[in-house]
This record gives sequence, structure tokens and C-alpha cells, in this order.
Amino acid sequence: MNLWENNLKGLCEHLYRMMVRIRFCEESFIEPILQKQIKCPVHLCSGQEAIAAGICACLSGKDYIWGTHRSHGHYLAKGGDLNALVAEVYGKETGCSRGRGGSMHICDPEKGVVGAAPIVAGTISLAMGAALASKIRKENRVSVSFFGDGATGEGVLFESLNFAAIYNLPVLFVCENNLYSTHMPISKCRPNTEIFRIAEPFDIYSIRVDGNAVMSVYQETKKCLELLKNGKGPVFMECLTYRLRGHVGPDDNIQGKHIDIRKEAEVEAWREKDPIPNFETYLKDKEILSDSEMEGIRTEEMGRIDSAHEYAKNSPFPKPEDLERYVFK
Amino acid sequence: MYSNNRKIKYCKAVNEAFHQILKLDESVFLIGQGVTSPWYVGNTTSDLIDSFGTERIIDTPVSENAVTGAAVGAAIVGMKPIVVHPRLDFMAYAMDPIINEASNWMYMSGGRTNVPMVIWGIINRGGEQAAQHSQSWHSLFAHIPGIKVVMPSNPYDAKGLMISAIDDPNPVLYIDDRWLYGIEGIVPEKIYKVPIGVGDIAQEGTDVTIVACSYQVRLAIKAAFELRKSGIEAEIIDLRTIKPLDENLIINSVLKTGRMAIIDGGWKSYGIAAEISALVFEKAFGKMKTPIIRVTLPDVPAPASSVLENSYYIKVSTITSAIEKLVD
Ligand SMILES: Cc1ncc(C[n+]2csc(CCOP(=O)(O)OP(=O)(O)O)c2C)c(N)n1
Ligand SMILES: [Mg+2]
Repeated sequence: MNLWENNLKGLCEHLYRMMVRIRFCEESFIEPILQKQIKCPVHLCSGQEAIAAGICACLSGKDYIWGTHRSHGHYLAKGGDLNALVAEVYGKETGCSRGRGGSMHICDPEKGVVGAAPIVAGTISLAMGAALASKIRKENRVSVSFFGDGATGEGVLFESLNFAAIYNLPVLFVCENNLYSTHMPISKCRPNTEIFRIAEPFDIYSIRVDGNAVMSVYQETKKCLELLKNGKGPVFMECLTYRLRGHVGPDDNIQGKHIDIRKEAEVEAWREKDPIPNFETYLKDKEILSDSEMEGIRTEEMGRIDSAHEYAKNSPFPKPEDLERYVFK
Repeated sequence: MYSNNRKIKYCKAVNEAFHQILKLDESVFLIGQGVTSPWYVGNTTSDLIDSFGTERIIDTPVSENAVTGAAVGAAIVGMKPIVVHPRLDFMAYAMDPIINEASNWMYMSGGRTNVPMVIWGIINRGGEQAAQHSQSWHSLFAHIPGIKVVMPSNPYDAKGLMISAIDDPNPVLYIDDRWLYGIEGIVPEKIYKVPIGVGDIAQEGTDVTIVACSYQVRLAIKAAFELRKSGIEAEIIDLRTIKPLDENLIINSVLKTGRMAIIDGGWKSYGIAAEISALVFEKAFGKMKTPIIRVTLPDVPAPASSVLENSYYIKVSTITSAIEKLVD
């Protein structure tokens, strides 16, 4: 966990690279989606990269993460294989779930990306179970549960908070509050918008972080992990953020109309808070990375994304005769 | 203007049923996720909010268990809620209020309290949506005593069954298939009912009985058209209700044809195809000329990749070749 101790430049380079990789990866799906080369539902996390990047930078390889329908960022930030992600989204045999899962079911178990699933709140209790296993086996692994603000409507979240609190499980509950649950603004889903407070009745340490400021996310996560590693878990982190794309696909595409259902002024205001340009300004102001260093990173990452698409397009589809494989071990 | 052969789309037929019943009966309300969004329910809820307001058209947070329980509770005290689940997959969180509470309540109270509600679940599959966004769990629910399960295949039945379901004093699970929403058919403008528990002969024939419900009836109709080219006259039974089953309709048909193929969009094991096979074995044993055929999904979760989807979902050609072998 002290991976980046006394190495601010190394940390920043990593965070920047990761955010850029996620953004480029997400945006690279748009054209093939519109061309119908990609057919599965794709929930882009553009705008939310700082959360995945900041949190996963604090984790070690053996720690677990669990995700949702919008988990490309989590997967990549935890070190999930880029080629296999892109191939999965194209429905290819070389995909991380062998084309059986698509964008909503991605995993790289060897990297601790245990899995993602689109049933809202569906993986929260599972993440807690992994933390329970870690505790029983005395492995000192942390389990991170990523979920959206929408998941706060589901009872299982509260059951999990309670259970995890009783047993002091090393689970980090991360609520990415992007203020919308599909078409519903948070004001229509909750009596108040301060999600982090839901953990308080369970005596769980809980904080709200600016989810668009990658350094804050990183620093707060480090503190949270300290607690978890010292048996003071669970911890609840609300990360305020906004998605820059539609709920699913590039925009909201309501019955063929390529529009965003959110107010334009609101989207614009959040565009100003885009985590990547903001981090660039920070890096430049603090003279941590130069323009050309950042450009170098962007060029490298763009190259990676391009070759991942090449890889995916040249990969075979699953064989129809293998339809019944993988139901059981 | 009233017209006897007005054609409208399936989703509009459902929408019309809502408009008419909500206007007629103040105890009816619609609650569930996405009732104000075409993302979730297509055009089935168009303009309802304008006509009936947010008190009776309630879009909810993602809380399937509590919202369904709320509908059950409101029904127990005498309202007639319709609770929607825009995908059956999301309804898993609502299993408890449906199968423990709603379905048992009448019996547990010794018949003193009934639960007049509609649980409206939508099957939304294909499009590489994979295992958690594709499931057809109708057989699972049909297994439970105390709930009725209806599955329309066309706009006329969609409207008439919705009206019957709302009017029924028991919990009725009304299951739609999104693949039907764009299909047009003749729908009377007046309020009418299609009775629950009564199937329909969608097409008469003498050589083989094809039993299906919901979207699979469309496949059966196409298959029957192809079969006629090879001289096979198929009779198609559209179940319309899968619980309670219209047993006589099925039995009378197989007594005539002596052959049966059941087409079901659910999984094979323990599904309605198995139930109907058992029924025929019990009631028409010895009258069958050939074994029964089940054309269903394999016992496999829904895959993502369209290459796999293509062999997963039932094709007309699978039905025709199975039946051709039978009648050979
Ligand atoms: C149990 C369940 N109910 C409903 C849905 C439909 N659904 C898909 S995404 C979503 C909203 C999720 O919002 P949030 O948790 O805030 O995540 P975000 O999409 O904003 O990242 C809903 C309701 C679902 N997938 N699962
Ligand atoms: Mg959200």
C-alpha cells in the first residue's frame, strides 16, 4: 500500500495514465456502438474515472473489487486486461468472460477484479462475503464494493452495512453518486442527497469525497484502508461525480432520439469539472508532469486502445456448438 | 369514432387498457420502476401521468422488494394496484412479497382476505444483454399456488387480459414480451375482457397440435405456414393463461391430432412444456401417435455474444424440422 510513498511523480503518472486509459477506452466504444459493430448494452463511465483510478491505486493485487453495469473503469484501474475487455464488449471468445457476459459482466479474477453484474446492488453483499472470507482466513485482504446512488434504494445495501458493521469486515463500500439512476434524478429517489449519512446509524466511518478530484479520492481511500487493515472496518465512501455520457451508450437515445434527458446547463457545469483536464491543470501548476510528458502518456494509451480494438476485431466469435459450455464446472 | 377493425400496436393496446380502467375505477393505481420512462416500458404508459397524476402513476426508486410489498399491502386493504417490473430479472428482489405474501395471503386468512392485484412483469431479451437481462421466469411463478399467470401473444389479448387481470380478485402475474410491443392487431376501442384460464385456437389443423404462449405463438404461426407447404396441417393453441391451464382445450386438440409440440421461451427442465406433457400423458394416454416434442431454451443462462444468442433462442426452422420428423 505504500507503493507510491515518497514518489509523488510516479503516483501522478499512474493516476493520469489510468484515467486517460479509461476515458480513451470508453470513448473508443462510441463509434462501433453507433455502427452496430458493438451490440451489447454499454454503460460508459466517462467523467467518473477519478474514482476508479484513485481507489484502485491504493489496492494491492490480492485485494478484491466488485462492480456493476458501469464497471469498465474499475476493471481497468485494478489492472484488468485491456484487450480482453474490448474483446468482451465485441462478444468475442477472447473476451474476459469469453463473450458470454458482455460489457455488463466483466471480470479478471487473477487481478482481483472478481466480477461485475448489472442487477442493481446485486454485488454488494457478495463483496461483503469476500471480506468475510478474508477475515475468516486471516488474509488481510480488502474487498471493495462499487455501486451507484441508485443502489441506495435496495434493502440489501442496508442489510450489508449492518452485517459488515457487526463483524467489522474489511469492506470498503463505495457509492459513486452521479446524481442519477437512469431517468430519475436523485431528488426523486431519496429524501436527502447526502448518501454518506446512510452508514452513520450503523456506526460505520463514512465520508463524502469529491469524486472528480483524483488526488482527494486517493488520499481519502488511503485513510479508509488504514482503518480496514486495522480491523476497524467497514468504511463507507460516497464519491460525488457525474457521468458525461448517457445512461447506456453515448447518449440517452430515447426511442431513436439522440438526446440527453438531463438539463443542458447542468451537463455543461459538470463538463467544467471533468476530472481529467482538472488533473492536468493541477499537474502542470505543481510542475509534477509537463505537457509533453502528459502528451506522451496520452499517445501511448491511445496506441494501446487502438491495438485492443484490432485485437478484438481479429478475434473469433464463440462457437455456436459451445453454447452449453460453462454452465457448470 | 368507433371502428370494428381498428388496428393498433400491442404496446398501445396495453396503454389503452390502463387509460380506460384508471378512469373507470379509482381504486386502481400503477406503481413501479420506469412507469414514466419509455426506456423501461416502451409506450405502454404514454400520457398516463398527464391524465392521472403522480398519485396514481408512481415511478419509484430501485426498490423492488418494498415497492412490490407496498402493492400487496394496498391490495390487501382493498385497492387494486398494478405493480410493474420492467424486466422479470429485476423482480427477483420482489420474490418474497409475491410468493410468500401475495400468493398465500388468501389461504392463510382462511379465505377472509383476498389480494386483488396485478404484477406486471416484462420479458426483455436479446440484444446481447446476457444472463441478468433476458430471463423468462413464467414457469417459476406458475409453480406457485395462489397466483394466476397470463401471457398474451397479440394486441387484442394484451388489452383484454390486462382488463381481466385488474378485475380479478386475486394476484395475477401479467407477463409481456417486449418482442411483441411493435406488433399490430385489431383491438376494439371499448372495454372488454379476455377471460383468464381460457386458451384460444389460433389456427385449426389436423396433423399436429402446437402449444405455445406469448411471443412463441408468433413463431408457431410462422412454422405452421411453412409446414403447410410440406402438407402438414398444424393446429395452434395459444394458451393465453399458463396458470390455470385450459386443460380441455389442449386435450381435445391432441385427441384430434394425436401429436403435440410445445414451444416455450423458457428453459426446458421443469417448465410449462414439461407440465403440459405430463397433462397429456395423464389425460390422453394411448391416444398419442408419436412422442411429444418440447422446443424450448436449453438449460443455459442467456449468453451475450449474438453468435451464441442466435443458437440460444428458438427459431422457426427448429420448430418445423422437429415437427416434420414427427409427422413423417
Ligand atoms: C434490480 C434492478 N432493478 C432495476 C435495474 C435497472 N437499472 C439498470 S441501471 C439502473 C440505475 C442504476 O443507477 P445507479 O445505481 O445510480 O448507477 P449509474 O447507472 O448511475 O452508474 C437501473 C435502475 C437493474 N439493473 N436491476
Ligand atoms: Mg447513479
